[in-house]
Amino acid sequence: MRKRFFVFLLIFSLFMCACGADDGGDQPEVPAGSNVVYVYNYGDYIDPDIIDMFEEETGIKVIYDTFDTNEEMYPIISSGSVRYDVVCPSEYMVEKMLANGLLAEIDLDNVPNFQYITESCRQFAESYDPGNKHSIPYTWGTVGIMYDTDYIEEGSITKWSDLWKEEYRDEVMMMDSLRDIYMVALKQLGYSANTTNEQELREATDLLIAQKDLVYKYATDAIRDFLLNESASIGVIYSGEVLYCQEEDDSLVYVLPEEGSNVWFDSWVIPANCRNKENAEAWINFMCRPEIAFKTFEYIYYATPNQGAIEMIEEEYPEFMDNMALFPDEEALAKCEIYHYLGSEADQMYNRYWKEFKAY
Amino acid sequence: MSRNKQLRNLSLSGPYLFWIIGGTLIPLVMMLWYGLTADDGSFTLANVLAIGEPGHAKALGQALLYSAISTVICFLLAFPLAVILRKSKMGVKGFILFVFILPMWMNFLLRTMAWQVLLEKGGVINGVLTWMGLPRMRLINTPGAIIMGMVYDFLPFMIMPLYNVMSKIENSVIEAAKDLGASDWQVLYKVLLPLSVPGIVSGVTMVFVPALTTFVISNMLGGGKIFLIGNVIEHEFTVGDNWHLGAGLSLVMMVFILISMAFIAKFDKNGEGNLI
Repeated sequence: MRKRFFVFLLIFSLFMCACGADDGGDQPEVPAGSNVVYVYNYGDYIDPDIIDMFEEETGIKVIYDTFDTNEEMYPIISSGSVRYDVVCPSEYMVEKMLANGLLAEIDLDNVPNFQYITESCRQFAESYDPGNKHSIPYTWGTVGIMYDTDYIEEGSITKWSDLWKEEYRDEVMMMDSLRDIYMVALKQLGYSANTTNEQELREATDLLIAQKDLVYKYATDAIRDFLLNESASIGVIYSGEVLYCQEEDDSLVYVLPEEGSNVWFDSWVIPANCRNKENAEAWINFMCRPEIAFKTFEYIYYATPNQGAIEMIEEEYPEFMDNMALFPDEEALAKCEIYHYLGSEADQMYNRYWKEFKAY
Repeated sequence: MSRNKQLRNLSLSGPYLFWIIGGTLIPLVMMLWYGLTADDGSFTLANVLAIGEPGHAKALGQALLYSAISTVICFLLAFPLAVILRKSKMGVKGFILFVFILPMWMNFLLRTMAWQVLLEKGGVINGVLTWMGLPRMRLINTPGAIIMGMVYDFLPFMIMPLYNVMSKIENSVIEAAKDLGASDWQVLYKVLLPLSVPGIVSGVTMVFVPALTTFVISNMLGGGKIFLIGNVIEHEFTVGDNWHLGAGLSLVMMVFILISMAFIAKFDKNGEGNLI
């Protein structure tokens, strides 16, 4: 009887494995050597017209797939189950892919439009992709504070420490994600958002605990909605959300805090196992063309790293020029940092302190 | 047993076996395996003992406190209702039960979300208050809101077993008590209450255990400010990406479930307090 039970268990598990294994992407087979480029990007992250324009101009057929999170994209690329030619991950994922040897070097001779990428973006990119050899920024942004000038006087919030003021009790919404909330506390204390020093983490934890009673809510995506329906008037938010919110309610203002913040990038990369490298480079070059970068901006409303596009925004939308979500203060930007992967030991330390703060 | 009969028995019990193995046994074994191993696969008790860390212990303490309070409130609400239901006529009884069971047909998340809309700073309740010229109240993101949500979500689980066990008490028992000179209060305390112990035990566990392990209610009505043990476990399985610790802490929670099961077994020998 026991033996039969184990056989059953084994068959059952095999069956379950078979069910689980069958969800790799199905890719329409195009004969090798034909003129195609396989693009893998975030969902709703491009103006569909651009794909048509690229196909028309170059004669290269685009096969376009989307993903929702970096974590979902990574195993598909690393397992090689589907071979894409060009992918658009976030900076920490670029760092991880690079460390695991999954990225091909981009031949910049084939991407002359790289010249339009601004100097400051190149410098940030250096910190996760030394030499700018493997990734080319597509969009970027910061984490900052958005507040409602109907309730709070414009200009009265300029730094993270303002969120600790007693007068804003029950008005402040903080980010409910570990790295972002610790970034706020660490930056305020003048430490790096990538610290692995336990003492600094201890201080940041105490700071967050001290703020807890004043905070209205810890949330992530909901912060945007709560600001819009005026449940609370101050929220920590990704700059990418800002233009959408301001379109709905023009009394909302975004600031990049003086102490500095996090800055993030989504960049084009070419996987090492790509099949059409030259087509991929043609795609990246096309995306870096100022008119196309401008068109992208008009569609997705994220800050662009493209100098040519910035000049066009200046001309077409002068009202955006003093919007800190798109053109942050240089001084504050200089203090911003990319999140780096800190290793599993530091991760666990962050987790431990974060739980202590949450349970307090 | 003939071969044919064996085959028939297997085909009849097959779906059930499949369900038990796939839905209970394999997950349980996996949880034990994750909970008792470290990242490198070696045996360790650290994940279970981690319940003693300050953050975890505090979260467990809060969860125990909140679920105990909401269990008591549920009982105080459900017991009188069960007494009323016992005495009511068939039609009225059906209607009252229907009113209490009706919300259970709606999705649990949706109902909790509805409370968010009600309790929010700019929400319905505060809207009514300001309309009446009263100051706004701070309702959401407080311990009170979480307990409120627990009571609301789990009250039917207290009502059903209490009603079940009480409707089985013969009227003659109560008449006999009254004949022997018991007052109404004495009937309640000395007859109805002791006779409904199986239902009470079953109701208490059915409210206490889910309230103890919830993370959705504390997330939605606590605004991320209140962290229960369920939230810790959820965090370890998602963002924290430490399944070993998550499973280890779940094993600690299993202890509470086992204690409850032992209680039911002791007090509810005939299964009288069962929902159905």
